[in-house]
Amino acid sequence: MGDDPGAARADRGDPMIQLRGVTRTFGFGTAGFQALRGVDFDVAAGDFVAIMGPSGSGKSTMMNILGCLDVPTAGEFLFKGFHVEKLTRDERALLRRRYLGFVFQGFNLLARTNALENVELPLLYRGEKPRARRTAAMDALAQVGLADWWDHTPAELSGGQQQRVAIARAIVTSPQVLLADEPTGNLDTARSLEIMELLTRFNGTGITILMVTHEAEIAAYAHTVAHVRDGLVEQNEARGP
Amino acid sequence: MSMLGPTLVLALREIRRHVLRSFLTVLGIVIGVAAVVTMVTLGNGATAAVREQISGLGVNILQVRPGQGFGRGGGGPAPKDFDMDDAAAIRDQVAGVVVVAPLSQSSGTAVRNAANWATTVNGTTSDYFTAQQWDMASGRTFTAAEEQAGKAVCVIGSTVQRNLFRAEDPLGQRFRLRNLSCEVIGTLVTRGQGGFGNDQDDVVLMPIKTVQRRMTGNRNIRLMMVKVDPAYDMATVTASIQSLLRERRNIRGAKQDDFNIFDTAQISQTLQGTTRILTSLLGAVAAVSLLVGGIGIMNIMLVSVTERTREIGIRLAIGAVGREVLLQFLVEAIVLACLGGVVGLLLALVASWALAPMLQVPFLFDVRINVVAFVFSALIGVIFGYFPARQAAQLNPIDALRHE
Ligand SMILES: Nc1ncnc2c1ncn2[C@@H]1O[C@H](COP(=O)(O)OP(=O)(O)OP(=O)(O)O)[C@@H](O)[C@H]1O
Ligand SMILES: [Mg+2]
Repeated sequence: MGDDPGAARADRGDPMIQLRGVTRTFGFGTAGFQALRGVDFDVAAGDFVAIMGPSGSGKSTMMNILGCLDVPTAGEFLFKGFHVEKLTRDERALLRRRYLGFVFQGFNLLARTNALENVELPLLYRGEKPRARRTAAMDALAQVGLADWWDHTPAELSGGQQQRVAIARAIVTSPQVLLADEPTGNLDTARSLEIMELLTRFNGTGITILMVTHEAEIAAYAHTVAHVRDGLVEQNEARGP
Repeated sequence: MSMLGPTLVLALREIRRHVLRSFLTVLGIVIGVAAVVTMVTLGNGATAAVREQISGLGVNILQVRPGQGFGRGGGGPAPKDFDMDDAAAIRDQVAGVVVVAPLSQSSGTAVRNAANWATTVNGTTSDYFTAQQWDMASGRTFTAAEEQAGKAVCVIGSTVQRNLFRAEDPLGQRFRLRNLSCEVIGTLVTRGQGGFGNDQDDVVLMPIKTVQRRMTGNRNIRLMMVKVDPAYDMATVTASIQSLLRERRNIRGAKQDDFNIFDTAQISQTLQGTTRILTSLLGAVAAVSLLVGGIGIMNIMLVSVTERTREIGIRLAIGAVGREVLLQFLVEAIVLACLGGVVGLLLALVASWALAPMLQVPFLFDVRINVVAFVFSALIGVIFGYFPARQAAQLNPIDALRHE
């Protein structure tokens, strides 16, 4: 992972993410279930993509592949020029650590660990020095408006605050891509809009955002909306910024 | 390597989070380490004590007795005792012999005014003090004239002195022993307990002729103490004495000796060997309990991995590689085991320090066994922590994140 083969071809408009005929089958043989059935999907650098679709259509499955957490059963996944489907487990971990930020559906913060330490976590695996970690994490918390809450554990934070900590954790490494699976799923409308404002702001700084959502008003913040149905991306409608 | 600091902090925090559980987990290691170290420490003390007591018998001393072994042997006629000529022959004819102290033993009750004390009476020569390296506390030993004439003079040990004379100066005083009135010409320095738990200071020493004539009524010698020049080989000197005595006692060909020559250094080696075997046996038993302690750690680490599946999922998703998760759990197991080891060492220190005086052995702190036990407990952490840690590292992040 030393140099960055993707950087050489990061021309504006050239897709940063390319799925080519991606399938994902769970189980084997007749008991197997094809959650993705040949997805072709491009995302340009700097885009803000909402992925919509009915429950069970394969959105999370696709997100896991896009987030390099899972690999396609067949097909190609190019991320910044890397053939992710050919990488090992640890190589994918290094890709995630270096380029990706995650906001999980259920917040997924470390329990009994305060907000600051939660946000510091990705920096720890990047081998940052303690002081640099602290500064960057405090900065990220300030960006989501939680600077004063840094020493609170998840149990001491509201759902919206927890989700904002999760976002701070995702952006603290200045990732190139932020993946969010239903980031507003557990939140009321006011909190949801707060989160969307944040995401829009980060997108404005050049971070590519991929977001799964059920709600049209949330998807309205995105530039591109992809509809997933029965394991296929049906439509790739551009909304314009 | 930059991960090691934070990983250690994390491990300590995780342990502190479950203080009681962590304590119970390492209890096996604590007990194992404490048992091993206590046993080895006390065992070393016992070995040292035996060595010390045996060296009290005298160094480079051969004890020559009639009969085989300590007893008089099986049936047959009782073997002949030695006489003064045997002692003289050994001294004069065997190279390397410094002195030969013949011993004629008797016993009796020493009486002085109202005080009386039952004690051992050893008839010997002034060579005895040389052979035993036993110094005088006051007074003098027998003169050649006193030995020759069989005078009723005696040198007393501190136990006899205390019981007959209390705080009085015994020199020049007399006391009765059976039908004998003897004058105290010297007192011995206190020696304390002997190698076999006997009181070495409970003794009255007289010229051998005096004891033979006035107490035993014969001229027999039941023990000769031969002091050997350290420049000579003990085995060679022993062999010379053996062939000399065989000749003098008319034992020919394949016939067995009817006497024995006993090297005090040998008994020391035998006894030390025995204590060493005992120590290693007890150590082995304790090592098994250490192993059981290791299984306890593995068990709780497996529970911990299951409990923290979600945490592992988060770490993996965020970009931890398998090795880093493995390290985290491995370090936790090692820290746990090491903490157990340290507590065990402290426990052993207290236990052996408290038990040593009760068992009447010296307390000897052995750095090596402490280091070995600590390293061993760390090793147990590595061995029994590896499997659970590998399980954690091999989790699928997607499944782990979904885990409730
Ligand atoms: N690990 C798995 N093993 C077996 N089947 C799976 C697995 N993960 C997903 N599936 C199946 O794949 C299909 C797509 O699942 P996925 O989670 O991608 O749906 P989704 O679009 O995210 O739905 P939702 O909106 O409810 O989150 C579902 O039918 C699901 O049962
Ligand atoms: Mg889903």
